[in-house]
Amino acid sequence: MNNLRGVYIIWYRDILRFWRDRVRMIGMVSLPLLFLFVFGSGLSSRMGLLGAGTNFAQFIFPGIIGMTVLMSSFMAGVSVVWDREFGFLKEVLVAPISRASVAGGKTLGAATVALIQGAVILLFAPLIGVSLSPHLVLMLLPLMFLLAAAMGSFGVLLATRIRTIEAFQAVMQMLTFPMVFLSGVFFPLQGVPTWMSVLTKINPATYGIATIRQVVLGTSPSSPFGINLLGHTMSLWDNVAVLAAFGATMTLLAMRSFGSQD
Amino acid sequence: MDDYIIKVENLVKKFGQLVAVNNISFSVVPREIFGFLGPNGAGKTTTINILCTLSRPTSGRAIVNGYDIVRQQSQVRQSIGLVFQDPSLDDRLSGLQNLRFHALVYHVPASVREQRIEQVLKMMELWDKRHGTVRTYSGGMKRRLELARGLLHYPKVLFLDEPTLGLDPQTRNRIWEYILELREREGITIFLTTHYMDEADKADRIAIIDHGKLVAMDTPERLKRIVGKDIICVKTGNDDQAAEEIRLRYQIEARRDSNGLTFEVASGEEFLPTFIKEFGTEILSVSLRSPSLDDVFLKLTGREIREETTDAFKAMFRQHGRHTRR
Repeated sequence: MNNLRGVYIIWYRDILRFWRDRVRMIGMVSLPLLFLFVFGSGLSSRMGLLGAGTNFAQFIFPGIIGMTVLMSSFMAGVSVVWDREFGFLKEVLVAPISRASVAGGKTLGAATVALIQGAVILLFAPLIGVSLSPHLVLMLLPLMFLLAAAMGSFGVLLATRIRTIEAFQAVMQMLTFPMVFLSGVFFPLQGVPTWMSVLTKINPATYGIATIRQVVLGTSPSSPFGINLLGHTMSLWDNVAVLAAFGATMTLLAMRSFGSQD
Repeated sequence: MDDYIIKVENLVKKFGQLVAVNNISFSVVPREIFGFLGPNGAGKTTTINILCTLSRPTSGRAIVNGYDIVRQQSQVRQSIGLVFQDPSLDDRLSGLQNLRFHALVYHVPASVREQRIEQVLKMMELWDKRHGTVRTYSGGMKRRLELARGLLHYPKVLFLDEPTLGLDPQTRNRIWEYILELREREGITIFLTTHYMDEADKADRIAIIDHGKLVAMDTPERLKRIVGKDIICVKTGNDDQAAEEIRLRYQIEARRDSNGLTFEVASGEEFLPTFIKEFGTEILSVSLRSPSLDDVFLKLTGREIREETTDAFKAMFRQHGRHTRR
């Protein structure tokens, strides 16, 4: 009970900070929109249909949603490093709430902000020629949240071990772009060279992008956009399971790592 | 019946080879203002960090408000308020929001929350600025906000780590007025660290700490009695000759520094008139003062706190330089 309260309070502060700094929102959705419209529209006319009756813009649309959620939540861990540098982390660490709940609250805060940003991108669906029913949106939001929470806890875990903002940003850059490029945001993963195929399957983001794409485009697991892991065609729930397992592991590690800080 | 609110027994904290806190024991009684006095790097902040559960002792134990600082961390944290040496506010939120966050974390009941926030903000004269983002506050305002926050949950013990470091004298005095008023009104115990002598003088009892060891612990008055005598400082036309004359005439070894000669006599008021009349060397100025805690520290350790402070700072700086180059 007390732990849930702790999670809530930490989450609440992150939301409050986000709300006071809404300009950040514009900055964080501008890059995905740039990719979506400039890349998507520019390349669609040249590339024709990619399979499953989908043009390039429609193909990358769910990928861009996933990318937005992933980057936002992953980088949100910086707030832990930030709090340490500016002293506020001390106030949190001596508070009568458990360290694990602080890690949990941070993860949820990162995931919530990322979900809001992803939802903003969703609003652009009609402009890309993707039709979304309320039913689809209701299915999508929990999937987006799962990806956000998994990446958020990964970010928090790294943040508990990295002392300076500069170092954190460097590590983020080193990880974020490979994760995005090798997750199927920009191109279908079937038929890529073997080395790349291996990397994409190690990449946890791949499973998040795949689930979002499956729901948005209504494609079947065996379509050219599906994932084949060790000869097994991954269903929607298979992908969700991989992502959830990754997220749970990262969350537990983040909680432990937070608990052992001085 | 517990007659103490903090009890520390054989506390040791090592950082690798460095022994930051070396087997110290003491206890603090309720409503006491207890001061930790010592140069930077003496182990003051390390001790506070251990008592407030931020850091674990290497060995030894400590009880705060009846709770063990290792096994009952959550209860200890609920019992204490803290004002750190470095700011620990969320500077992106308003003063009011910082306090609301704190009230939530420390279980201040919703029914009294807003009223108490108003009370502490008014006490610290921040009520008019409550909606301002903390980033826009001055250093003194931030420190006052931290004090307000430290008091919000009515802690049993308030830890103040160098509470007025880097503040102007006026703000320091005001903060001290608040602290004394608080002790009167709320009956809380205050544990503070400082290397300002005048600040340490306000404590009921002082523990002098040096190189992680407790070298003395008593009331400021009784500590000063260790020095016992009055202190005379003279500036002369010829310090060598004057020192020699003092040695021959009074059998006292005077200390020399850039301010002239310093020596101790039993009864300064009676000593001075005859001294001035009889002294052969030219006297430029002479002053008499009662012993300060500075003198106590000097007597006990053979060093002045202030000198030590700059040395410690330089040492820290050198070490820091090594770290960044690596």
